[in-house]
Amino acid sequence: MNISLEQYLMVSGALFSLGLLGVIMRRNLLVIYMCLELMLNAANLALVAMSRYNANLDGQIMVFFIITVAAAEVAVGLALIVALYRKRQTAHVEDLASLKS
Amino acid sequence: MTMQDGLFYFFAALTLICGALIILNRNPVNSAMFLVLAIASMAGLFVLLNAFFLAAVQVLVYAGAVMVLFLFVIMLLDLKEEDRRKFNLFGIITGVVSVASIAYISFSAIHSGQGDLPQTPNGDAGTTILLGQRLFTDYLLPFEILSVLLLVAMVGVVLLSKRELK
Repeated sequence: MNISLEQYLMVSGALFSLGLLGVIMRRNLLVIYMCLELMLNAANLALVAMSRYNANLDGQIMVFFIITVAAAEVAVGLALIVALYRKRQTAHVEDLASLKS
Repeated sequence: MTMQDGLFYFFAALTLICGALIILNRNPVNSAMFLVLAIASMAGLFVLLNAFFLAAVQVLVYAGAVMVLFLFVIMLLDLKEEDRRKFNLFGIITGVVSVASIAYISFSAIHSGQGDLPQTPNGDAGTTILLGQRLFTDYLLPFEILSVLLLVAMVGVVLLSKRELK
């Protein structure tokens, strides 16, 4: 029995849901950021599986671009978190609710 | 069951378990370590899909560069375990309901297309040579734009973390 595309997509969907759950439930900025990375990876897995099962390389090239953009995004995001921490001395999202009256 | 099937189930289970442990751990350092493991097992899934170059890039860029950056920031901020605060019941309920509905939508969409999805892999797409040829012919302009993006990100990060923000 071969692994079908459906099984890869199931894994990808489950991983994406886990990442989304983490983004919503966790209260630490850095952990939220890690869960975002998890969601990006789930999308990557779906793209690579599609490209493999349809014999089309475009999906893999897309994943290559996504990985590069994600690396740049992580660098900028972490710099922002560090700048925020310097100003407010916290990385807890509930302490950063100054827009909420 | 062939060895490939077994490896698929092993890596898929490892990825999902590590993904769950990222969320469940209270200590950010442990979460980062489980993210490394999840990313490495996802590189295993990429190898099973014949995407060898992407598996290597995944390990190098994610498990190497990005996670080092994460751990570096965790140590820089000296984050302790997340303290227990009173739970926001409304937020938890709405979060779980929205995530469950999104998961249900995606799973039922995958399931309804069962007959149309290819059951066996096609061709030998995914070799590094083919990928490189496509990258430097059809996708040359996005590739160059990407290098400019990396430069811009680097300059921005240096500026952000160097100057005192007013």
